[in-house]
Amino acid sequence: MIGSFRQSMTWLHTWAGLVFCWLLYFVFVTGTLGYFDTEIDHWMKPELASLDKAPIDTRIDTAMSHLEANAQGANRWFISFGETREEPYLRVFWQTPGETEDDPPENTNVTLDALSGEPLDDVARDTGGGQLLYRMHYVLHYIDSQIAFRFVGILTLFMFVGMITGIIAHKKIFKDFFTFRVKKGQRSWLDMHNLLSVTSLPFQLMIIYSGLLFVTILWMPLIAVGSVGFDTKKAGELLDLGGEKIEAAGTPAELTDVRAVLAHAEATWGEGSVERLNIYNPGDANARIEVSPATGIGLLPETHVYDGTTGELIDSPTLPSSGALSFASTMLGLHEGLFAGITLRWLYFLSGVLGTAMIATGAILWTSKRRKKAADEQQSRGFHFVEIMNIGTIMGVLIGVAAFFWANRLLPVSLESRADWEAHAMFIAWGLCLIYPLFRSRRAAWRDLTWLTAFAFAALPILNAATTNAGLLTSIGKGDWTMAGFDLTALGTGVVFAIAGLYLTKRGVTREVPSEQAAMEVAAS
Amino acid sequence: MVTAVDKVGRWHIASRVFAAVVPAFVLTNTTGIFLALASPAGEFQAIATSLVSAFAIYTVIILWIFSVKRLKTVWWGLLAGLVLTGSGSWLLYTFGANG
Repeated sequence: MIGSFRQSMTWLHTWAGLVFCWLLYFVFVTGTLGYFDTEIDHWMKPELASLDKAPIDTRIDTAMSHLEANAQGANRWFISFGETREEPYLRVFWQTPGETEDDPPENTNVTLDALSGEPLDDVARDTGGGQLLYRMHYVLHYIDSQIAFRFVGILTLFMFVGMITGIIAHKKIFKDFFTFRVKKGQRSWLDMHNLLSVTSLPFQLMIIYSGLLFVTILWMPLIAVGSVGFDTKKAGELLDLGGEKIEAAGTPAELTDVRAVLAHAEATWGEGSVERLNIYNPGDANARIEVSPATGIGLLPETHVYDGTTGELIDSPTLPSSGALSFASTMLGLHEGLFAGITLRWLYFLSGVLGTAMIATGAILWTSKRRKKAADEQQSRGFHFVEIMNIGTIMGVLIGVAAFFWANRLLPVSLESRADWEAHAMFIAWGLCLIYPLFRSRRAAWRDLTWLTAFAFAALPILNAATTNAGLLTSIGKGDWTMAGFDLTALGTGVVFAIAGLYLTKRGVTREVPSEQAAMEVAAS
Repeated sequence: MVTAVDKVGRWHIASRVFAAVVPAFVLTNTTGIFLALASPAGEFQAIATSLVSAFAIYTVIILWIFSVKRLKTVWWGLLAGLVLTGSGSWLLYTFGANG
């Protein structure tokens, strides 16, 4: 379009990257934190830190008695046995059909203290926890989640276009990998952007394309429907991987012993391999118990279906095998990283950090390239808008996340809609960070907000120790490394930003104007 | 950058952006349907392959739209793609093994 193929791709990279970069930054920050969602939950619900574990039989009994007491009339019961990273606590779920055919079913989710049977929501403070942060990365906040999910799909497409054009635009991308020019203004930002992108390229391609796979059926249903002659019913049946639903017989029958069913399944897959089970039509003659082993990388495990009254194994349905489906489920599994142990989880987190920094440096590079020109020209409103959005978002989202954690500790436990206010604190903080650069010079705003980020994170362990009895020293003493890990990570984050703050403060004193050499290089490029 | 955009004109850019949003999206769908119908693999496998490739196809079309020198080529190319994949799909569905 403009000049050579590479120049066109550079143009597309610049603008596809810029349009949604701040929202993508938000998605990357919250998504990266999502890899530690249950660890963040643990920190945000300190009341549960001292909960005792229970043997599997006790957990089954607690779950079953809660369901029997509260979920009569439901057509589906679900038990997650807990004590895994994903699901630390015993959880039951049930689905009650609506009054009429058209009414949506009513879903109830309760996490339980496996020993006392008490619902944990009565014990722990009201908080969105790490789950809310994690959810924000694909359904944002304050917006209808169905609309937001589709919208995040559009953002992801922009990111993918930005990624591919970026690879094309940087012709010497792998050679330049070994080039890092320090303190050269624009050149340094370019080198940093390249370095971050190349080191995390495989992760980025995986995470972005799998992100697109999550929304494919929502955005491209026509491919499925059109391929079968626009027969929506046929397409629905073809793609429905849920298997057949068994209707209730209407005659009551006693449910078989769930423990025996679990023992049979674990004889096949190994002890402790089953983490959850489904009971369809409980208390009916046509009851079915469905059991799957813990998922590996792919998200589609094998299943055993048992007769719910006799406890006999009646079916082991397998999904239609397909190369494409395996590819998709592997990609989605890689995206979620549920299989990752602690080391791999940290690698996921660090890759996410690199991606976040890639977006941030790209956005800064945009202004860095145009600063001189914007200063010369009168028409620089767009430039100033980008600059303020950059400062207010790059630091603001981080400060917002810290504010979310501060609110968790400072808001009174009895506050009405407390969990909502935690999220409000996050967005109010981000909003204030967007306003702040309007009243300060660019350098001062960067410096101040960097220091604020450093303080907001570094002080979290102190806040935690002051407001709970799960402070850093206590956690280490108890061997609660999840709680201690959060505090230490917050402290580490604070230290990193304090170093950046020191650098910015020093530079502000010694180099108010860019050095002549850097200015010349900018002019020459 | 601003000068480069001034050279080709804002309308020119807007035209390509529109091409990338509407016709390219439709072309992605028709291409997906065409590939699914043309695939020798079973119905489920063919559709799943098309769905999994859909966003890669869309991205390639978008890159093509922004790389082609002349705007006319973009629009004639998209039209040709839509006609070929659209009529091709219709023929495959009506006279093919799945029809």
